[in-house]
Amino acid sequence: MQPLNRTQIAWRAAQDLQDGMVVNLGIGMPVHCSDYIPAGRELVIQSENGVIGAGPEATAEAADADLVDAGSRRITIAPGGTVIDSAWSFAMIRGGHIDVTVLGAFEVAANGDLANWDSRIPDKGPLVGGAMDLAASAKSVWVMMEHNTRSGGPRLLDACTLPLTAPGCVKRVYTDLAVIEVTPEGFLVHEVLEGLSHAALQARSGATLRFAPDCGVLRAPDLTDED
Amino acid sequence: MAIDKRVASAAAAVADVADGARVMISGFGGAGFANDLVLALRDRGARGLTIIVNSATHPLSFTHTLIEAGLVAHVICSAARGRGKGLSVFEQLYKDGKIGLEVLPQGTFAECIRAGGAGIPAFYTPSGYGTDLTRGKETRRFGGRDYVLEEAIQADVALVRADMADRFGNLTFRHAQKNFGPAMATAARLTIAEVRVVQETPIAPERVELPGVYVQRLVVAGGA
Repeated sequence: MQPLNRTQIAWRAAQDLQDGMVVNLGIGMPVHCSDYIPAGRELVIQSENGVIGAGPEATAEAADADLVDAGSRRITIAPGGTVIDSAWSFAMIRGGHIDVTVLGAFEVAANGDLANWDSRIPDKGPLVGGAMDLAASAKSVWVMMEHNTRSGGPRLLDACTLPLTAPGCVKRVYTDLAVIEVTPEGFLVHEVLEGLSHAALQARSGATLRFAPDCGVLRAPDLTDED
Repeated sequence: MAIDKRVASAAAAVADVADGARVMISGFGGAGFANDLVLALRDRGARGLTIIVNSATHPLSFTHTLIEAGLVAHVICSAARGRGKGLSVFEQLYKDGKIGLEVLPQGTFAECIRAGGAGIPAFYTPSGYGTDLTRGKETRRFGGRDYVLEEAIQADVALVRADMADRFGNLTFRHAQKNFGPAMATAARLTIAEVRVVQETPIAPERVELPGVYVQRLVVAGGA
């Protein structure tokens, strides 16, 4: 099977979001997880700009410039939703009221260190946004990213090479090749893309992988890449 | 005398903003930018400003026009990246050492402002601990977890966008327009609100989202 595209990675992460969870989805591909929540599960999507109970992206006709998410997308409010101000929104995040945040990343280390805010592009200004607050204080931090960089280098590492967003915070990683848990003993693989050997996955990783005894097959339905 | 915080124009509202002023500007994600007031401040031409704004570069805000006009000496924000591969005016000035920059995690930025309006001089937060952004800041461990000491932020002026107002300065906000506005209004000596409408009758008490105590001047958006 082909490696998952970014929409399929979002689909796969969304399958693990449980009924009733309060979830913050990072800017970029993670927000698309909300399009693939399994039927029958009702979640509260928190956007750090203060929308509590964010609904799907608005249609062109319904779009309202005052109703946006943290990624500037014009959205809707789900039933039961409301809007609070930024200070309260981040008090909610730091206060431990977010069950899961799904974030993009450049690198994740075997001890759970996350690097997702500064890719060291020369002379470009810094942009941290709410990443550090979410990474430090969500009850569970999940990452979705491609397993390798564009030049083929590993993103799963013994130690991050890029500036950290937060130390020791990542619990799960969803890539185009695998689903990986971050444990006190390092990376533990739970699913691997069909047809990819454990040795091949290890060769594309920059830290030692362990494989769960019941390690399964990573599958996703056909979905068009949205980015 | 009856309280009435309405001011004739955005220009009149910012006419006494001085050189070197610390100015907060609301807005996030395309909503809640006080753009009439920002343009009036640019035309006012006060120099050496410190601007306290979530994003120095959001394409739907006019904050960048203050920077491009050479009025800004220092920026406190959570995002300062221009779009595209080339350098924005801000990024060029920063590269050349001609503009100061302090970047904070967005939640720390918000809480610094909230604290600034609430009489709290500093606070410990877990955000940013163990990262380059908080290097050199005091840290302390509480209950087995590490925290960073962050100091409150106050300003001379806050430019805040809201939806409705009444003559008392009571405000309501539409949806995500709220963002940093309420906190900024509490943390500045002079808060100027740019609103869609100032209604003649007082806003119903249960609908007021920010009490007029925090608002000194009102300007209707799209006015002269």
